[in-house]
Amino acid sequence: MRDVAIVAFAQTDHLRHTDELSEVEMLMPVLHRVLDATGLRTSDIGFTCSGSSDYLAGRAFSFTMALDGVGAYPPISESHVEMDGAWALYEAWVKIQTGQADTALVYSYGKSSPGTVRDVLTRQLDPYYLGPLWPDSVALAALQAQALIDAGDTDEAALAEIAHRSRTAAADNPHAQVGGPVPAGDYVVRPLRTGDCPPVGDGAAAVILAAGDTARALCPRPAWIRGIDHRIEAHGLGVRELTESPSTRLAATRAGLFRRPVDTAELHAPFTSQEVVLRKALGLDDSVNVNPSGGALAANPVMAAGLIRLGEAAARIHRGESDRALAHATSGPCLQQNLVAVLEGESAHV
Amino acid sequence: MPEALSAPLVVEFPFTRSLGPVQSAFLTGLRERTVLGVRTAGGKVLVPPVEYDPVTAEEIRELTEVAATGTVTTWAWNPAPRPAQPLATPFAWVLVRLDGADTALLHALAAPGPETVRTGMRVRIRWAAERTGAITDIACFEPYDGEETGRPAPHDGVFTDPVTGIVTPARLDYRYTPGRAQSAYLDALSRQRIVGERCPSCHKVYVPPRGACPTCGVATTERVEVGPRGTVTTFCIVNIKAKNLDMDVPYVYAHIALDGADLALHARIGGIPYDQVRMGLRVEPVWTEGGRHPDHYRPTGEPDADYDAYKELL
Ligand SMILES: [Zn+2]
Repeated sequence: MRDVAIVAFAQTDHLRHTDELSEVEMLMPVLHRVLDATGLRTSDIGFTCSGSSDYLAGRAFSFTMALDGVGAYPPISESHVEMDGAWALYEAWVKIQTGQADTALVYSYGKSSPGTVRDVLTRQLDPYYLGPLWPDSVALAALQAQALIDAGDTDEAALAEIAHRSRTAAADNPHAQVGGPVPAGDYVVRPLRTGDCPPVGDGAAAVILAAGDTARALCPRPAWIRGIDHRIEAHGLGVRELTESPSTRLAATRAGLFRRPVDTAELHAPFTSQEVVLRKALGLDDSVNVNPSGGALAANPVMAAGLIRLGEAAARIHRGESDRALAHATSGPCLQQNLVAVLEGESAHV
Repeated sequence: MPEALSAPLVVEFPFTRSLGPVQSAFLTGLRERTVLGVRTAGGKVLVPPVEYDPVTAEEIRELTEVAATGTVTTWAWNPAPRPAQPLATPFAWVLVRLDGADTALLHALAAPGPETVRTGMRVRIRWAAERTGAITDIACFEPYDGEETGRPAPHDGVFTDPVTGIVTPARLDYRYTPGRAQSAYLDALSRQRIVGERCPSCHKVYVPPRGACPTCGVATTERVEVGPRGTVTTFCIVNIKAKNLDMDVPYVYAHIALDGADLALHARIGGIPYDQVRMGLRVEPVWTEGGRHPDHYRPTGEPDADYDAYKELL
């Protein structure tokens, strides 16, 4: 296996509305920031991969427009996933492993403000048994939350505490959409209150990956990807044990998480109740600094929020604030699919 | 800088899906008020049924009938139903394990309030009055105080006139905002001017502007008025009438390089017989009263442009 690291990360400020910007106009500044941070130009990048969904803003082939912001002509080596950018990062990591590239630009963006994301996300569900009922994203998360409460894994007060801790941490995150104390609020879909749900907003993120000595040349302290894996649950909601996340557990095992403790974890848990599931699956205790960025409860640009978890974890390693960090991304209803990566700073590896 | 524009945008599309043998039997069964599950090799009964075992991926086809009554395994109270959800008044989302099944089905439960709903409560199917072979043939669940009924019974899955496909309509409503570059372009068009943007790096002028230079990957910011005259770089003759388009065929659709632009845009050519349109033809826009963009382009009467003048824009 080649040593591959995240050497640069940038994200937009995440906002409820960005009416004055098209998707490429929103995205371009973060592309420039990661390129500037490494001194690379588009022509130096071996592979470019993005993650987004046309359904969010209702724009067909918006990802091809977004490519304008990369400078994709003459044609570059490029790919796209209709998923969170964390999976675009996975594809780029594989591409580098094959030896076909030494560097990769990975980006993702989501503009939820033009549409109604709760309804839009119903269109990712199975079209036979679920789609016709239009069960929205909060409703499905609430079913999972109630299952956790019934199982004695959490209660509404504990969920409120997760919300409070996340938004308090986000007060130090200049990019967060929601920071500082937020009231628990009314039920959106009981047992989940407004405070248990992520903000709806727009944003983008980008990272640069590099292999071996290239990474060392581009970044004083690269965040080495020691392991990365993603797994999926059975697609029938009623088949799954909603209080558990065996896919997260398996991905974490294969990523090598359990070999040594981590000091930091960036979890992609858009709903408070999902952090409860992930903590169980990942065996995280109070010694681990969970979501110092505030996590998806502070900013949840759909399709970018998972990539941002990888970026936030890497940035802490870049700054010397973490030696070994876990990053997690999720996709689909009730933590349907999960990606786990373990990142380390160089000195921790020796 | 004009205000960012916005307009309603409706995306409407049907999901048209064919059904395999298992889903066909299940949905046809609902039409006949019969609930079918599928049995795995391990002996579990999955409702709603799937075609492949979620654990072993083995193809599974052994159908079995389960009861229309069941037990709530988890629930969530929905105080504000959204359009197209099963009930228009507040209801509980529920996962229900039907009697005889080992897995749960998602649906709505009609109940007076959240205090009347709990995990473990007994419910039964309320059938829709009109059933077509869809998950919505179950109107919802309703509370039911009976004991667990029925053991799964083998079923051959054969019905007369089986449902073999579904069409699920979908509609999503958006508020479209074109962003900075396109807002400025549309704003200029409303004053019958065509304004592109120049790349600060390679100096190409893009019309319509998309906000970024696809070659350089930088924002295009300098506004440049182009045209109004231009040159036909290439064209085609449309011989088939498009649905809902009030235009006689044949007509000519062309790429037009407006003077000062480095990218051709496309538009209809009028005011000249279709078989006389040619590469290099000089054209100008024709605006109609109240139109938000040129209706078409017509010949200016100038001599044709030299091929060398536009060959880079082909
Ligand atoms: Zn340029």
